[in-house]
Amino acid sequence: MSDLVLLGDEAVALAAVHAGMTAAYAYPGTPSTEILEFLIRYQRRHGGPRATWCANEKTAYEAALGVSFAGRRALTAMKHVGLNVAADPFMNSALVSIHGGLVVVVADDPGMHSSQNEQDSRYYADFARVICLEPANQQEAYDLTREAFDLSERFHLPVVVRLVTRLAHSRTSVRVGDARAENAVAKAPVSKEWTLLPGNARVQWRALIDRQPEVDAWSEQSGANRLELHEDADDLGVITTGIARNYYVENLEEIGRPLSHLHIGAYPIPVGLVRRLMRQVSRVLVLEEGYPYVERLLRGLLPSDIEILGKSTGTVPPDGELTPDLVRHALGLPERPGQSMPGFQVPSRPPQLCAGCPHADSFAALTEALDGMATPVVASDIGCYTLGALPPYSAVDSCVCMGASVGMAKGASDAGLRPAVAVIGDSTFLHSGVTPLMDAVAANTDMTLFILDNETTAMTGGQPTILPPSRIEKLVLGLGVDPAHCHLIAAHHRQAEANRALVERELAYQGLSVIIAVRECIETLKTKKKAQG
Amino acid sequence: MKFDIILAGVGGQGVLSVSAIIASSALEEGLFVKQSEVHGMSQRGGAVLAHLRLADAPIASDLIPHGCASLILSMEPLESLRYLNFLSPDGAVVTAITPVQNIADYPPLDELLDRIGKLPRARLVDGDRLARDAGSARATNMVMVGAASHDVPVPAATLERFIEKTFAPKGEKVVATNLAAFRAGREAAL
Ligand code: SF4
Repeated sequence: MSDLVLLGDEAVALAAVHAGMTAAYAYPGTPSTEILEFLIRYQRRHGGPRATWCANEKTAYEAALGVSFAGRRALTAMKHVGLNVAADPFMNSALVSIHGGLVVVVADDPGMHSSQNEQDSRYYADFARVICLEPANQQEAYDLTREAFDLSERFHLPVVVRLVTRLAHSRTSVRVGDARAENAVAKAPVSKEWTLLPGNARVQWRALIDRQPEVDAWSEQSGANRLELHEDADDLGVITTGIARNYYVENLEEIGRPLSHLHIGAYPIPVGLVRRLMRQVSRVLVLEEGYPYVERLLRGLLPSDIEILGKSTGTVPPDGELTPDLVRHALGLPERPGQSMPGFQVPSRPPQLCAGCPHADSFAALTEALDGMATPVVASDIGCYTLGALPPYSAVDSCVCMGASVGMAKGASDAGLRPAVAVIGDSTFLHSGVTPLMDAVAANTDMTLFILDNETTAMTGGQPTILPPSRIEKLVLGLGVDPAHCHLIAAHHRQAEANRALVERELAYQGLSVIIAVRECIETLKTKKKAQG
Repeated sequence: MKFDIILAGVGGQGVLSVSAIIASSALEEGLFVKQSEVHGMSQRGGAVLAHLRLADAPIASDLIPHGCASLILSMEPLESLRYLNFLSPDGAVVTAITPVQNIADYPPLDELLDRIGKLPRARLVDGDRLARDAGSARATNMVMVGAASHDVPVPAATLERFIEKTFAPKGEKVVATNLAAFRAGREAAL
């Protein structure tokens, strides 16, 4: 036993090491990135366990699944939207008989600090019929991640650990335990249970359904679900999940009387505990981070005598992140005034490209080349360059999901918008841009793909791109892009005139062209220089 | 005892290093600590906010409630005003005065500093100048730790020890510069 100061992400990572994990795989994504970063540092210092970045969340998930197949423990970590990418292996891995413990850590981003939506991963766990653990603090992040590996092996299921930004990125002392040894290599004994041909899949699906009562019974008595009943508190009851409990506790003292309270940290939802609470009270307030998941389950379709308060009733806002003040308001406590400066509006300061960023030079070349065109479309993607949507650049028209720029430019071109441009970074291209480029090659779509190669995954802190940048051009040519219309340029203002002219030429070309604009991100360059002293 | 600190600044100003030094020092003094950080998109030149909570009993929420912060410690003047709703009525603002003017509608500096000066407890510190005098323009954030050290419930000696520890890997000279910056900030805020 010892105490360490850890981020929520780091508590999860260390727990996995102590649980005897053999390998971890991920693609970087805020707020989950620090899990793998911690494990990579740990591997460097201690020689193991293996921790590697992957091309995307799907490939990461499948590698972890392979480790489980080999009887050993694996972790895969991702941000919430990363689970969309990994959804195929995730959903199907619920049907195989998980062998070595498989833990899927998903960090949701309510409030969208660094994301394009605030989807709630508890729905995915429910959808796949697997266990989901939702820690409320860094200590639980450690304890529940350790437990997740045991549960995965006990029920032969992948187990989801759901984090949210505030827990992932908040640091405090954590008491950690002793390390368990890794599992020995032992291939999954029954291949049929891993070969989801329809005949086998039907059997496995049925087995998953048949296991449900056992999993439900586990949830009822899980230490992560705690019911505190007060006989004389028969008016308002409170249900909290995950970190919402902290905001409730923060305000508890001022409520001045005990309330019956159910905390949920493990799903499937403990129906028995919920019923016991509901028998005791006439109104229940549901406090949860993300979607009104528990609230909707309680509300169901049929009318009930018990009043259910939460996001659907506006007692808590339906969007954004919870705060101690929102919970305070929901509990009917008076607002606590801070200081203010009447008559002065602090102007907002949105993020922006670093001074000297290579993307700024690429956007300059592109916007100048597009100047005066009637119906140009510039589909963009996920990364620092998304900031090119903001002034002074205002250079792009869309940003939807990883790789979408390429497919959307193709579709827009097919529909008749010209010139059609896709703007994507090197790491995002390798993550999800290669397959839609195949579609464009196959159809020789009239579009221009602009790959902004800053030689890193910059937005999440400069993780190395999965392939060295020098290989991107070969990859593009290997797909069959016409070499006469595949160009490597330097994203530098010294090349401004030549770059603009080249972009103009390729926009005019009626077919598929690819321009790879290369210059290293100045942030990673700085970090490298620092490291070299 | 509870002492909540809002740390403010612009991405790249070293808000997290300030938070880390105060947090480690408080832990060393046996306090409970929670430190909520910002990673990701807003670090790119946007407004950055960290919550640092110190107490002599376990802390539930990672976020500071409105009206509860004892101190706003800001690396940039405009940012010192962004989170006033978190500041308790008797809380203090300690801020550096050099602006980061990377937005079009940045208010006139004199007017801005004037406004800050009118808050009940405000301390404006020329962090950049003191840091340069101490030997490095990059030590502004340690000047600001020094300026806040009168308020923070941790002995200055402990803060100094963690500044040493933090910069030790970068060599003696960097340690000396940052300690000098801390002391200059502490003195300026007397
Ligand atoms: S981190 Fe790198 S890629 Fe991102 S804005 Fe800064 S210089 Fe550009």
